[in-house]
Amino acid sequence: MGSLFDGYHSVAYDEMFAGNGAPHQHTKALFDALQLLSSADLDERVGVLDRSLRDQGITFSHAGQEWIFPLDLIPRLIPSAEWERIEAGVIQRVRALEAFLADVYGPQTVLADGIVPYSLVSSSTNFNRAAAGLEPANGVRVHIAGIDLVRDGEGVLRVLEDNLRVPSGISYVVENRRTMARVFPGLFLEQQVQPVAGHIALLLGALRGAAPAGVDDPTVVLLTPGVYNSAYFEHAFLARKMGIELVEGRDLFCRDNVLYMRTTRGERRVHVLYRRVDDDYLDPVHFRSDSVLGCAGVLNAARAGNVTIANAVGNGVADDKLTYTYLPALIEYYLGEQPLLPNVTTYRLDEPDVLRECLGRLDELVLKPVDGSGGYGLLIGPQASDEELAATRAEVLANPRGWIAQEVVMLSTSPSLDGDRLAPRHVDLRPFAINDGGHVRVVPGGLTRVALRAGSLVVNSSQGGGSKDTWVLTSRPARANEADLPAPLPAPAVRASAPDLGPQSDQPQQQQQGGRPC
Amino acid sequence: MLSRVAEALFWVGRYVERAEDTARLLDVHFHQVVEDPATDEGDTCRVLAAVMGVDADVPQDIRETLEVLGYQSDNPSSIVGALLAARQNARGVRESLSADIWECLNTTHHELPLRIEAARAFGPAPFFSYVRHRAAMLAGHADATMSRDHGFDFLVLGRSVERVDMTARLLAATVSTPSPEDGWIATLRACSAHEAYLRTYQRGVEPQLVLEFLLLDRLFPRSVFHALVVGEQALTRLDPTAGRVGAGNDARRAMSRTRTDLEFLPAESVFEDLPTRLHELQTVMSEVSDAVSRRFFGGSATIGWSLEESVR
Repeated sequence: MGSLFDGYHSVAYDEMFAGNGAPHQHTKALFDALQLLSSADLDERVGVLDRSLRDQGITFSHAGQEWIFPLDLIPRLIPSAEWERIEAGVIQRVRALEAFLADVYGPQTVLADGIVPYSLVSSSTNFNRAAAGLEPANGVRVHIAGIDLVRDGEGVLRVLEDNLRVPSGISYVVENRRTMARVFPGLFLEQQVQPVAGHIALLLGALRGAAPAGVDDPTVVLLTPGVYNSAYFEHAFLARKMGIELVEGRDLFCRDNVLYMRTTRGERRVHVLYRRVDDDYLDPVHFRSDSVLGCAGVLNAARAGNVTIANAVGNGVADDKLTYTYLPALIEYYLGEQPLLPNVTTYRLDEPDVLRECLGRLDELVLKPVDGSGGYGLLIGPQASDEELAATRAEVLANPRGWIAQEVVMLSTSPSLDGDRLAPRHVDLRPFAINDGGHVRVVPGGLTRVALRAGSLVVNSSQGGGSKDTWVLTSRPARANEADLPAPLPAPAVRASAPDLGPQSDQPQQQQQGGRPC
Repeated sequence: MLSRVAEALFWVGRYVERAEDTARLLDVHFHQVVEDPATDEGDTCRVLAAVMGVDADVPQDIRETLEVLGYQSDNPSSIVGALLAARQNARGVRESLSADIWECLNTTHHELPLRIEAARAFGPAPFFSYVRHRAAMLAGHADATMSRDHGFDFLVLGRSVERVDMTARLLAATVSTPSPEDGWIATLRACSAHEAYLRTYQRGVEPQLVLEFLLLDRLFPRSVFHALVVGEQALTRLDPTAGRVGAGNDARRAMSRTRTDLEFLPAESVFEDLPTRLHELQTVMSEVSDAVSRRFFGGSATIGWSLEESVR
């Protein structure tokens, strides 16, 4: 019987195997467990997994259809020491980005000090003047952030982009773990994996904590664009897991700068609006006047301090891909620290010399629109046709501020199911950070996205990507320092007797049968 | 109706509810052990064994616990044992059951060996959800196909008595673990109450509120209070001799007293004497069950006689 790993060969850094073909120290236990499995066993589990995803309706919408967001059966492992570095780097980044946003929409000292050029902000399509001077209740603008990381050929983790507007994916982190624990419980019993389920409660805590001052028991709602949105599953999931109302624009209205929702018991005041609607559609008074997805007047209500919008309006200026190129400088400027997680080498095309050089070797670079997300509009030079190259070249020349160029990162690979074998597929990692005003906390692991097509470097779900359960291993149980805590109260002894038993109603018949001559 | 038929229906109600609740209990505790490395496997197993009244051969690890409380067919308190006992009771009174109900129990009986085999090989989650689905199907068939006569009342009464008993055991399991703070969410999930709880309180899980919800909530169908009310209503319909004064029979008296105790218990004091209160709930339900047998099923003599025979 051949091994599941027969013929496994990665062209990039591999998350499971070191250069010499042996598993990394932290993946050895998983490798050994997988070695024992047959492809028939794997097949059976894939069946259970697919049914489970389908039955739970874990889907995303793309091009008007509902698709299962595929979950690969083989988890991606992160050793605890590395995770501590990632966690610190993500927290550092979120703190710097919060400081930058507070500054840009406030005193603008970063511009006055010449750290970033004024034109960066003024030319950003995501800088909203409407948000200037709008001070959020507890100072938090980024209640939840998703920081995309990739590992390059040398094994170094780098930040690819920041998502501060409406980052999605945290529901898949929680559901992937839940599903994996049900499909593959044996794998978990052998190792120590940090749990993730409690983090939805942290998000609720952060949202409640962001309520306007003086509100003790705030009403939090989640604003969704509706069932046709690509992330509708996530909206419904989060609302259900947080026990908050899932509302659409038509359920809300503003009067005298106060936000209400319409209920069967009349108007009910809303204190925190966790919106999953883009800025442009949020408030027809200030943004797109034809939008029916948002609620007219909600921005004025926020300015009056009667409702908190999470994430804050105008965050896009900080996750603009041109701002990204200044992040190392911003971390140093605001925090006085060196970046713990490096960026990917990036070129600013609004500088004429750089533009000329980059256009000269367009077929070696990755070109990205600065305000894009979801992998739309992205050009991977080495994999693009001549027509695509020419089209992008024209677009870049027309609007150099609208694009950045990056060196191609050969994303690391992780063993993934391909038919009845395991094959290397490229992965990234999106850890989620939750900021409740006091602490920034990072969900252990995050969402590992995997490009399920062989050789593909694009992991976005809309482009044929899937996901993996991401395990942050702990070398010791999380509560190992119990000795330092005050001794717990003695547990009350359980008092329970065996459950009552019913009559053995078939006894008389058995007796009768037993007595029958045969 | 015949006492024998009534008794069988009462026990079908109890056993199916027991199978379902045990599946819920094992489901959350097994996955707690799997998903959270901070959970102590040994402690969990000891607590599960204790609340289910297993005192001999206490299982040492979670897999063994699944065998004893999940798959052991000669243990009427295991999931499989309870399902077999329910079917056994139903078999004797097939003519009084709707065909749908009998088929539901019988199909379950025939599918169990395959389901257990799959659970042992690939993990118990699909088995637990199967058991929950079958219990829900039985309840649905009963609701849709049984006349609202005494037969239905006995089935509902059995289910309610068992639900109170099992919810008390579930809560006992939580308060008995060394670090109950992790267990409250699990307890809510075991009662399918997590989402209902969140919608009700719209805040994080706090022990005080969880206890309030699972013991006292008037609207949630798996709360102890709600189960007591439903059981009490069934008893009221069943006892035609209930007059203008008094409770009519011991079962109703015990049930109503417990219900009243909870109804007027100040929410702040749910934590007082909790282990005693939970144990009392179980003893009272046992008394109710005995009183129902005495009052409606022709006394405990029948049971004693059968048990004696069963020694063989």
